[in-house]
Amino acid sequence: MKIELTRQKVHNEFAKKVELISGQNLFACYQCGNCTAGCPISFAMEIGPHEAIRYTLLGLEEEVLGVNTFWLCASCLQCTSRCPKGIDIARVMDALRMVVLRRKERRDHIQISEFPEGFLEKVPQIAFISGFRKFLS
Amino acid sequence: MDYLYFPGCTLYTKAKNFDQTARNCSLLLGFELKELPNWTCCGATFPLATDNLMALLPPARILASAREQGTVLTTLCAVCFNVIKRTNRLFQEDGEKRDKINNFIEKNYQGDLRVVHYLEILKQEVGFPQLKERVKRPLTGLRAAPYYGCMLLRPFEEMEFDDKERPTIFEGFLEALGAKVVEFPYKIECCGSFQSVGSPDVATECAYKILGSAMKNGAEVVVSTCPMCTFNIDHKQSDIKQKYLDFKTIPVLYFTQLLGIAMGLDHRTLGFEQNFVDPLPLLKGKGLV
Ligand code: SF4
Ligand code: SF4
Ligand code: SF4
Ligand code: SF4
Repeated sequence: MKIELTRQKVHNEFAKKVELISGQNLFACYQCGNCTAGCPISFAMEIGPHEAIRYTLLGLEEEVLGVNTFWLCASCLQCTSRCPKGIDIARVMDALRMVVLRRKERRDHIQISEFPEGFLEKVPQIAFISGFRKFLS
Repeated sequence: MDYLYFPGCTLYTKAKNFDQTARNCSLLLGFELKELPNWTCCGATFPLATDNLMALLPPARILASAREQGTVLTTLCAVCFNVIKRTNRLFQEDGEKRDKINNFIEKNYQGDLRVVHYLEILKQEVGFPQLKERVKRPLTGLRAAPYYGCMLLRPFEEMEFDDKERPTIFEGFLEALGAKVVEFPYKIECCGSFQSVGSPDVATECAYKILGSAMKNGAEVVVSTCPMCTFNIDHKQSDIKQKYLDFKTIPVLYFTQLLGIAMGLDHRTLGFEQNFVDPLPLLKGKGLV
């Protein structure tokens, strides 16, 4: 992907919003990739958590909100625990979710009506409650 | 000493075996779990967005009501423990948010409750050496893999539970019961958590790696502290089997079920019918039931 850097891009509103929701300073990230290396779910992510941070900093809103990375994050805090710059990456992933889920029109990431048969009986409360918090508007 | 106890919703339904064994064992060990009256769900995930306090209200209410009854609150579910302990920390450290939430829930909770996990009671109040002396049926020869998962440990500055990369409390507990502890590299890796609802295939893959690693290192049983972990690594073994045809199932027990066996409880009171992979053949083979 060709990315043109401009002052506006680096000081973009989208990144500010993500910083506000997550309470994290994205500029502290020096792209070491430690977060992605230790992430138990990065194998299934289209871009790694460190790339999601970079995209956000560069104002690539559509691109970063269009990948599965932050939806797949399990908030396990392994990245948070290992980031040498003290960034709570799990909070950044959640902030990206929030940007989508808080939009005016409902943007549920999962559809309860599409759960396979027997799913509601099988899965424990704890998984539904946390899952609904992470995936429903 | 008695402990105020927050069971959480899953321990009332799909993880009754966790709740019951903990209550029964505590009586044998000389303390009682006093269930908090009128508790609600804690929300099952500590809210990570910092600009909205709504999701903190359930755990805040739980804490405030517990403080009216006592000074120490205990939980079994690792996720409840995480949510409640982190919220308690926030009450201790962020006066502005504390006041805002207190105003909203019409309480005056100051964060002065001690939130402890059941394992911590066993280690700090009962003591592992004393626990060992009270074991009636040592788990000799049982190769058990302690699966911590994430929520007991992280974020470690807030949980103050154990070392963030090399925790040992679970090992100490299993050794006290006489089991042979299996060291395996996935013991603090995530099971996929709520992805079992969002992307079930991804969670299946996480569980497969964890169980595979435990078995490769010789485990006969994996031990859990959380009903969400247990769902992912026990009940999802049927999904794993569908994907990996040569996968061999392995029993997953709550740590309190193992404690119950070691304390000499009748195996019919340990709620094995709620475990997906039946542990009885293994336990019979070891002469433990
Ligand atoms: S570990 Fe921290 S500093 Fe390194 S890439 Fe990830 S967020 Fe950036
Ligand atoms: S919190 Fe999310 S991004 Fe971080 S390691 Fe866990 S799954 Fe990966
Ligand atoms: S974390 Fe779970 S089990 Fe615990 S109370 Fe909340 S939803 Fe229920
Ligand atoms: S391993 Fe999974 S369920 Fe268990 S504490 Fe971690 S995220 Fe939660």
